[in-house]
Amino acid sequence: MSSEAVPYEGLGRPIRGPRALTDDWSRFWHLTYNIARNEFKLRFFGSALGYLWQLVRPLLLFGVLYVFFTKVAHVNNENTPGQQHYGAQLLGSIVLFTFFAEATAGAVRSVVDRENLVRKIQFPRMVIPLSVVLLAMFNLALNLIVVLGFAIAEGVHPMLSWLELPLIILMLAAFSTGIAMLLSALFVSLRDIQPIWEVTSQILFYASPVIISVETVKEKFSATLLHLYMLNPLAVVFQQFRHAIITHGTLSAGQALGSWAALLEPLAIVAAVFALGFWVFNHTAPLVAENL
Amino acid sequence: MQPPADSSTPPPIVAESVTKTFHVPEERSHTLKERALHPLRKTRHQTFKALEDISFDVRPGEFFGIAGRNGSGKSTLLKCLAGIYGVDSGRIWMNGRLSPFIELGVGFNQDLAARDNVVLNGIMMGLSPREARARYDEVIDFAELREFEELKLKNYSSGMHVRLAFSVAIQVDEVLAVGDAAFQQKCFDVFNSMRDAGRTIVFVTHDMGTLNRFCHRAMLLERGSAVHIGDPHEVADRYLEINFGRDPDAAGRRGTGRAGDGEARTVEAWVEDQDGERQSSLPQGRSMTIKALVAFAVDVEDPVASLYVLNEDHVAVLVATTARENERSGRFIAGQEVLFAFSFENVFAPGRYSPLLTLAHRGTGLDLMDRFEGAFSFVVTGPEALGGLVDIPVDVSVSRRPIVSEQVKA
Repeated sequence: MSSEAVPYEGLGRPIRGPRALTDDWSRFWHLTYNIARNEFKLRFFGSALGYLWQLVRPLLLFGVLYVFFTKVAHVNNENTPGQQHYGAQLLGSIVLFTFFAEATAGAVRSVVDRENLVRKIQFPRMVIPLSVVLLAMFNLALNLIVVLGFAIAEGVHPMLSWLELPLIILMLAAFSTGIAMLLSALFVSLRDIQPIWEVTSQILFYASPVIISVETVKEKFSATLLHLYMLNPLAVVFQQFRHAIITHGTLSAGQALGSWAALLEPLAIVAAVFALGFWVFNHTAPLVAENL
Repeated sequence: MQPPADSSTPPPIVAESVTKTFHVPEERSHTLKERALHPLRKTRHQTFKALEDISFDVRPGEFFGIAGRNGSGKSTLLKCLAGIYGVDSGRIWMNGRLSPFIELGVGFNQDLAARDNVVLNGIMMGLSPREARARYDEVIDFAELREFEELKLKNYSSGMHVRLAFSVAIQVDEVLAVGDAAFQQKCFDVFNSMRDAGRTIVFVTHDMGTLNRFCHRAMLLERGSAVHIGDPHEVADRYLEINFGRDPDAAGRRGTGRAGDGEARTVEAWVEDQDGERQSSLPQGRSMTIKALVAFAVDVEDPVASLYVLNEDHVAVLVATTARENERSGRFIAGQEVLFAFSFENVFAPGRYSPLLTLAHRGTGLDLMDRFEGAFSFVVTGPEALGGLVDIPVDVSVSRRPIVSEQVKA
């Protein structure tokens, strides 16, 4: 059959090879959801405490840090500005950071570890890093319930500003997803990504308002440095969480940046990271099955 | 075999000029150190054409075979059809859903129970979660694993594993493509019933027997090119031809295995088909001739020429000798060239054969003048290798004897 003789009309859908995304969004969602759900089921399956472990880990970290910084290092003076409900602030930040660390570190190896699927089944490749983020999201949702319970027990009253929570989470999720896409795609050809990211993630932990509050940074460093500090999207997310959810006594992200308009800068960083991650993953996806 | 004719539905698969090239880096640098040490060194790439200009279509309800030896591009083509690899040029259209089971049970998670695995696999293949859950019962019943459905897969025996994987494949897929796995009778039964039900199946194999047994049409791949598309028997013949013909041992080694006193020598020997054309491969069931040109160095009286046709296991499948026809073959004078011809019906089973020719002095045939061995070989092509040494026509009849029950006897 010569190529001219092939009638193009009435043929099935063209097969275009593997891609990051799909036209079939419901399948995309079902896949992402089911992979994340199965991973969630698996993670603590067979362990006696099950899901509780997911809770115990941030709580243990919280316990250590809390005891050290309140009883030994004396960071929390209820009279110092921004230090009210230090425990709840610390726990909230830890839980948010746990989400970030899980979503990104889990994504690094995700595509490579699912080699058997990638090389043998056609499905939108983006499902893989997104399911890792979604899994972290499941855990975050459960952990946040504990954080709110702890905060209320510490005397935090429900506030109207709690409504900001979805926006805060959205910003965190977008940032994490961007990094997850970037790392999982890069790791296919560059295996150094894993140790590099482990170190980077540690640095980000200390470079964000988790243990140290923004007020302390403001006190000890210049305004320029504070501004640089707040360009870190994690700093914005954690600080706004502390302000909106725990106590208005601490600075809002906008106040820490100097103005609400300046908030556009970290937001632009989130958008840039997301776009970069998407672009890189999108370009890697068609060839990933061959390059693994 | 003809597939059920149906011109109203579009062809399930159409591939047009599909070409796929792999770029294989000669040295793969995975780490930063390797890159930092040699920042300017360009990674050299070897290009490897896995598929070249492949065009074919699969018709509705057809059982289409893709044959070829290892590395001929079968799996690459399958992965291109499935959309796992993108093609460099050419186009593929698919009507329906193709689930590429390069291997069965891909993506099964050992720590999950059958149900979760089946549902996730279904979604992977494009079912909605509701459809996947709805088909779960059929799958688990087909696999006969209902009583083990709560068991984690890692506790399954390998047989149960295969049963589950295969049930998922056939219950969920509309177009099924299976790899080289050795499927046994149950799978064959399923294939037959699927074919009879008009399902379209793409079947990848290097087993010519299976190809002939199931496929309506087949395509033969060799080094990434489609060598032949058509009747599975033709494809199987070509496959045997190509693969035995490519064997480095096939090019005749001359002058090995020589023995005898040298008073006569076989100068040349060859195989002819029924039309008298020299051939290195011959279809089963036609007549063929093995000829040997012999030169006598001295005068010889009543020599005996014998032909042994040895199969790959060095078993003499056929022995023929001039002594049987006429013990007194006469007198041959020095310098004379004589042509011996052995003609017979080719009933050999498909495979490679190497003839051995001997020339002996009168008598027992053991007093050798010449032994001409390993100099040439030929291949017999046929639709299927049943396992016997020869395939002679056999009349098979079945007649039932009347049933005599014990009660009547008593």
